[in-house]
Amino acid sequence: MELQEIIKSLSLKVENPSVDLNIEVKGAYVSDMLSDVIGNSKEGFLWITIQVHLNIIAVASLKNLSGIILVNGRVPAEDTLKKAIEEKVPIMTTPLPAFDLVGMLYSLGLRCR
Amino acid sequence: MPVEFRADLHIHTCLSPCSELTMTPARIVERAASLGINIIAICDHNTAEHVEVTGSLAKKKGIRVMAGMEINSSEEVHILGLFGKLTEALNMQAVVYENLPGQNNEDVFGMQVLVNEDEEVLGFNKRLLIGATDLSVNRIVELIHSFNGLAVASHIDREGFGIIGQLGFIPEGVEFDALEISYRTSRARALEMFGLYKHVPWITSSDAHSLEDIGRKTTGFVMEHATFEEMRLALRGTEGRKVIF
Repeated sequence: MELQEIIKSLSLKVENPSVDLNIEVKGAYVSDMLSDVIGNSKEGFLWITIQVHLNIIAVASLKNLSGIILVNGRVPAEDTLKKAIEEKVPIMTTPLPAFDLVGMLYSLGLRCR
Repeated sequence: MPVEFRADLHIHTCLSPCSELTMTPARIVERAASLGINIIAICDHNTAEHVEVTGSLAKKKGIRVMAGMEINSSEEVHILGLFGKLTEALNMQAVVYENLPGQNNEDVFGMQVLVNEDEEVLGFNKRLLIGATDLSVNRIVELIHSFNGLAVASHIDREGFGIIGQLGFIPEGVEFDALEISYRTSRARALEMFGLYKHVPWITSSDAHSLEDIGRKTTGFVMEHATFEEMRLALRGTEGRKVIF
């Protein structure tokens, strides 16, 4: 599924719209523990989290994730957004809590495999 | 001539909700003295309100107390702030309190008892001391340094509340003065797991929440005197001083 399509259907706000959003999303992973994301996410996955620390961009780059969705109205820290632009990692936000957002992603057909 | 002092730099008192009520300053000092520990740091969750009373009790036993606090960051990473002066710790505490939302629920988290030298109850801290502050890891380390303190990443081998578990790795540009390996992990195992971070000094401590825990792990500080500034020099390895773990 295209990232653009997901952004539209879930009304996500893209915090760094300059990055290329024509990316294939291959699945999704939810976790706020970065060591867990390093261990268990897969290439092309979308990552849903409340963590806004700069390290999330490094983890997304390392694992070649298709993007990060910050839930519950969280916004990226200033240095995090800067790094997201540099590293070309799409970073999106939503006022929805993780549970609701993940339910919607699941309905769209995304899986964690 | 530098000599070795034994230090347990991570001890909670009955002011921490998760600590046993027997962890009064008086009994902590007594226990540390019986174990031959020279330096202790009182590091309650997000508070330094038991440092002063422990310090005055310890003086009588010839034990040095470092002012400390275990601060919980917005990412739920635990960081020890150690300070040379009580006023510096209290300045840090003021910033922590301003950024610490919530009220304690004793039934869920436990009591936060403030006592005096004679173990008489002076009151209860009402704040949610177990909670996370709104301060990031980076900001907390900056703040600790701005109050001349030493910033130590707590129990980096613990998945929950350890910096590597929560943030995957130690963020670039965050200058810890030391990393704490918990009592759970041997030095040999820690070397296998965290060899990448060997350029930062390592310490180990008890993270005591009960009297029996005190001193289950200690760090040796080879230095001239049992002072905070000497500890700083020992961590840096200045002129024959060193840390033994």
